[in-house]
Amino acid sequence: MKHFATILVSSLALMAAPAVAETVAITGGKVVVGDGSVPMDGATVVIRDSRVVAVGTNVTVPANARRIDASGKWVTPGIFAGFSRVGLVEVGAVSGTNDSSATDSVFSAALDVQYAVNPFAAPVAVNRAAGVTRAVVSPSTGKSIFGGYGAIVDLGADNNPITKARAFQFVELGETGHRRAGGSRTAAHILFRAMLEEARTYSRNPALLDSDMLKASDAKALLPVISGKTRLLIHANSANDILKVLGLRKDFPSLKLVLVGANEGWRVANDIAAAKVPVLASALSDLPYSFEDLSATQSNIGRMKQAGVQVAIGMINDRDAHQLRYSMQYAGNLVALNKVPRATGLSWDEAFAAISSGPAEIMGMGAQLGSLKAGRQGDVVIWTGDPLELSTQVETVFIDGVEQSLSNRQERLRERYRNPTPGALPKAYDR
Amino acid sequence: MDLKNLLAVVAAGALATGCAATAAETETASASASSASKSSAKTAFPSTYKSYSYDNTVITGVTIFDGEGQRFDNGVIFMSAGKIVSVGGPETVVPTDSRIIDGTGKYVTPGIIDIHSHLGDYPTPSVAAHSDGNEATSPVTPEVWAEHSVWPQDPGFSRALTNGGITSLQILPGSANLFGGRAVTLKNVPARTVQAMKFPGAPYGMKMACGENPKRVYGNRNRKPATRMGSISLTRQTWINAQEYKKKRKGAKPPKRDIGMETLVGVLDGDILVHNHCYRADELNQIIDMSKEFGYKVTAFHHAVESYKIADILAKEEICSAIWADWWGFKMEAYDAIPENAALLQQAGACVIIHSDDENQIQRLNQEASKALADGRAMGIEITDAQAIQWITYNPAKAMGISDQTGSLKPGKMADVVLWNDNPLSVYARPEKVWIDGAMLYDANDPNRRPVSDFELGQPGEGDVK
Repeated sequence: MKHFATILVSSLALMAAPAVAETVAITGGKVVVGDGSVPMDGATVVIRDSRVVAVGTNVTVPANARRIDASGKWVTPGIFAGFSRVGLVEVGAVSGTNDSSATDSVFSAALDVQYAVNPFAAPVAVNRAAGVTRAVVSPSTGKSIFGGYGAIVDLGADNNPITKARAFQFVELGETGHRRAGGSRTAAHILFRAMLEEARTYSRNPALLDSDMLKASDAKALLPVISGKTRLLIHANSANDILKVLGLRKDFPSLKLVLVGANEGWRVANDIAAAKVPVLASALSDLPYSFEDLSATQSNIGRMKQAGVQVAIGMINDRDAHQLRYSMQYAGNLVALNKVPRATGLSWDEAFAAISSGPAEIMGMGAQLGSLKAGRQGDVVIWTGDPLELSTQVETVFIDGVEQSLSNRQERLRERYRNPTPGALPKAYDR
Repeated sequence: MDLKNLLAVVAAGALATGCAATAAETETASASASSASKSSAKTAFPSTYKSYSYDNTVITGVTIFDGEGQRFDNGVIFMSAGKIVSVGGPETVVPTDSRIIDGTGKYVTPGIIDIHSHLGDYPTPSVAAHSDGNEATSPVTPEVWAEHSVWPQDPGFSRALTNGGITSLQILPGSANLFGGRAVTLKNVPARTVQAMKFPGAPYGMKMACGENPKRVYGNRNRKPATRMGSISLTRQTWINAQEYKKKRKGAKPPKRDIGMETLVGVLDGDILVHNHCYRADELNQIIDMSKEFGYKVTAFHHAVESYKIADILAKEEICSAIWADWWGFKMEAYDAIPENAALLQQAGACVIIHSDDENQIQRLNQEASKALADGRAMGIEITDAQAIQWITYNPAKAMGISDQTGSLKPGKMADVVLWNDNPLSVYARPEKVWIDGAMLYDANDPNRRPVSDFELGQPGEGDVK
């Protein structure tokens, strides 16, 4: 029986993962579009090739479609992790497998995660099986306040994880920025301004570049940031640091700013809203981890949202290479706040949007990713129930219209040790 | 890795340096006549905890998980004079002159217990000046006591109470050392002194560690232990020294007091419960054999992410696994962690405890238990909701040696109780009220029933819902 179960699981895993896109109709499910709208009961989602082509209650199922009956199930866009390091790390403390930062590199802004993101890393498969289909992948900083270029990736089981390379530049301007710059916030801000100004000098005349100040590669990397062509994701938590970030636009008016973390964002929510700077916020930070987080509260996202800030959930420095599967739990906790007197949460629909369309829109990819609408990439997940609830399991995952294998190391270990005592042969033969 | 880095790593959650100790709760009661009990360490730094004022309280119409695997629908619980008086179904008879709370649609559990916390010894703000969890100056420091590092003003205590319903918790030294020192069990009641938080009569724990952390910390300084075999050898030699000390203490010329040896002898005598930080299945088994060589008992393996590989052995040895629901991959010895660890242990009849080792996840141990339950059910293991609640109530109480006083809703026990606004296994549930020894110390509906530590007083966000 044990062997039978093992064989069954392996063969199912193989069968369930056709390598090519197809036409699929998922019928009868409770469909969440992911844009903050109310879920539709008994709706149909049609995927053709790599894209969603129809969603709704009056959709005609194409004759050639493979039908999946999702009655009693929930159908949603894949989870979009708003800030992560997935694919950059296999084992956190094993340095050769950890490409999140380069402490000894001479480069900073020019570093580019697209050369490191590993689609075969175990965390990619584990989080794919949990329903996470896309992620913002950011470098961490090394010596400088600038960490380099981040990317938008998919978590598909294929050779090419990059959806958009050089999607943004990452910089630290809170306490970490203070450390990286040499020990003060003044140093961080002068370094920021000096590097950008040096990049401008370089663009006018490369010969004038002070290469002690800035490498040519880093200068080139900063130019699209200055022009606003590339988003600048800035990690800052304190209310004061956030205000100083908003003030950068005085000297660099074209910067396309996105705040990351923003634990005290609620205190300056009106300023953030007025500046129209979106936020990838930590959902459940509620302790004064440092003096930059004194007023951290789980109501942060809800209060920013009420003030009109465009906000979604990110997981900076919070198990952000391995546990993107916490996204649903975090969103669910924000819904739970609605029943706590004086707390401010999100509605269920808003909370789901904060882990689907929200990050996609903040990263400028809302027209392609993050929601179930005709023309979007075919990232679709079928769940046994409410995707934010802890008891819910993932049944099926599509990425770019391709049904994904949900197999991973954790599932294989689980099956091997379903019964821990060795049988006729050692455990090493149980596969 | 220096202390500051070690702390930074803990704070980032990138590399759990948590501590583990095991508690041999079953032996504690009978061991009181041992020589360790005569040492003055036994009575040093005594608890001054006193319960706060209580109302006689009845909650009716509520779903009750009693902490020992039982569930009552439309249940009733009566607390009086700081104790549980009665718990049962709708037929339960209660006095009419008590404060009556309508619990319709709500849930009651025992106060949640975290067997593995560093609140107070790695508090927030996690600045270097607060890094008090690892005496990483020697791999063998049984002489240190975690309670001498605990800062009662850590705002994390209040978060654990209001968001997590935590009423008791064990604060351990870190895992840099093979022998990390004594752990202390606290009631989660705000106080000016640690003594006023100490759980009255709780046995001490001792933190031990195996695996990557000690060999990294000391190996990097070119000191022993630099390897796993170095760790075991140094640990065995220390136990030999402790056995000798114990023997000499019984002789005609007792040796000079040695507070480290007093702790080790306390373990050998069964007075002090061993909580052993250890991840890998093969290493858990090494530790078991070492405990047999020296005649002590490991009460719980902490962070034991590979317990599921030897669930049968752990069931037979009656050693608890205090584990996370799903942490994995942050270091090599955590690479084979799986979310079904708890369920596989439960299936094998082994003791399961869900712990946090984390100032944020201590605020939702109920959710961590729920995830572990769901992953077990998804692989076909039948576990009831009430059993999952036991993972965060009775089982940790038992492994901390306090299950006679708290951890389940049995008549005569401390009235440590949480009223939840929804099923605590749902992501949508939060504590509505929390009682410790019958005193209501949190009420979501009353802004004045919310503790605010000295550190947060006069700061932005003071008294906020958090």
